[in-house]
Amino acid sequence: MFYVSMFGQYIGQYIKTRLQYRTDLVVEFLSDLMFQAVNLIFILVVFGHTQLLAGWNREEIIFIYGFFLVPYALFSSFFNIWDFNDRYIVKGEMDRILTRPIHSLFQVILERMELESLFGAITGIAIMFYAGAQLDLSLSWYDPLLFIVMVIGGALVYGGIFVMLASIGFWADAKTAIMPMMYNIGNYGRYPVDIYNGVIRFILTWILPFAFVGVYPSAYFLGREEWYGYAFLTPIVGIVFFMLAIFVWNTGVKRYRGAGN
Amino acid sequence: MMLAYRTNYYTGIIIYSINIGAYYFLWTAIYGGKSDIEGLSVIQMVTYIAVAWMARAFYFNNIDREIAQEIKEGKVAVEMIRPYSYLGMKTMQGLGEGLFRLFFFSVPGMFIVSLIFPLSFAANLSTWLFFGLSIIFSFIINTQINLITGVLTFFFFNNDGLIRAKRVIIDLFSGLLLPISFYPIWAQDVMAFFPFQAISYIPSMIFTNGFQGNALYDAIMFQLMWSVLLLIPIFVLWRVAKKRLVVQGG
Repeated sequence: MFYVSMFGQYIGQYIKTRLQYRTDLVVEFLSDLMFQAVNLIFILVVFGHTQLLAGWNREEIIFIYGFFLVPYALFSSFFNIWDFNDRYIVKGEMDRILTRPIHSLFQVILERMELESLFGAITGIAIMFYAGAQLDLSLSWYDPLLFIVMVIGGALVYGGIFVMLASIGFWADAKTAIMPMMYNIGNYGRYPVDIYNGVIRFILTWILPFAFVGVYPSAYFLGREEWYGYAFLTPIVGIVFFMLAIFVWNTGVKRYRGAGN
Repeated sequence: MMLAYRTNYYTGIIIYSINIGAYYFLWTAIYGGKSDIEGLSVIQMVTYIAVAWMARAFYFNNIDREIAQEIKEGKVAVEMIRPYSYLGMKTMQGLGEGLFRLFFFSVPGMFIVSLIFPLSFAANLSTWLFFGLSIIFSFIINTQINLITGVLTFFFFNNDGLIRAKRVIIDLFSGLLLPISFYPIWAQDVMAFFPFQAISYIPSMIFTNGFQGNALYDAIMFQLMWSVLLLIPIFVLWRVAKKRLVVQGG
């Protein structure tokens, strides 16, 4: 309960500070939209030259991209920890975090959230509806519920991977460029995994399970029955990865010694 | 400074290889048995992507962000009384970082990737010479665009949005993600009026032998023209900016 009220308090403060600089906020929305458009343009241009990508058509790939944007928006709003190492460990801010009465990871998440990224979810849902209409997909009453479960699963997968990467900072205090590059790898989960060879498919499924943020859960909504097994694994993989990440984080916090004075 | 963090360096090369690997399979699937798209075979296409990312390590720099930061913090006032050209100094800093990445990251990375994936390397010397010339122009044009975006901070005070928008435009229209020839004709016609394709499309096409005969000279002329043209807005903006400099604190 205490955690929920803390969460509410931080969100309230956050909205107040953001609304102070409105032009900046508008510019951010626009540049987010442009980032989302780049990938869409990539798909459109590529399908100007081919009809099928390993048996998937243009609208299906667009649908996967739309789905991907929703968990990704959740992830980027609440797990904005790509500069954790620099900001908290090198500069010694972690000392302050550890004096707070809530779990250290939760405190970091609260401080670094970027709620405006949630608008990406609206773009994503709009893209899904557009592609879904082109494909004549039908919705059952339980689909929205499954959608929420899958989205949370996907966001947890993303969150888990990045929390683990951030935890590396507890062991190696050198700054690292792994995070930005990992964003790139995350993109490959948006394409049907059957185009990759075994090694990359295995990595995307079990080691860096980005496929659970894009193609696997979308396969359920697209009615691709051969992938249903993987699709329903999404929430489980999400929870397992996130628990693992919390474990790694906690172990790391125990090792934390503080930097400088 | 960059070699001080070895793990960083090795993971960089590994992740670059994974990236090229994923692109390799993605493009193979896109080709799906077609022998060529817009005159590029699948091997040429993968080489194109690999070279485009490698060349990016050379021409890429963050001086727009740094200039914006120094203007915002007022440090630029101190820089201006120093006995060198501020913009020239920033350019040389970018060149130094770029050369380091070219020799310690691009060349070994490219070597490793070429062991794993079938890439086509040009056999004749002239292609390599033209490619070398062309990435120098890439660096010049990309740096000029960065200088313009950075200096615009003098007028907008806060231009984070502009810097991000510039990044998106460069990714999309420089030919880093997709060769310009893949775009619809009308889009290609529009892009011919902008300098962006000089940054990535031209050197990568030269490397993959995508340009033949006169197209090669035209492409180099296109780069030369823009690297001269872009000097004008830099000088004008810089002159005006110096006159209306407002140092906020500092």
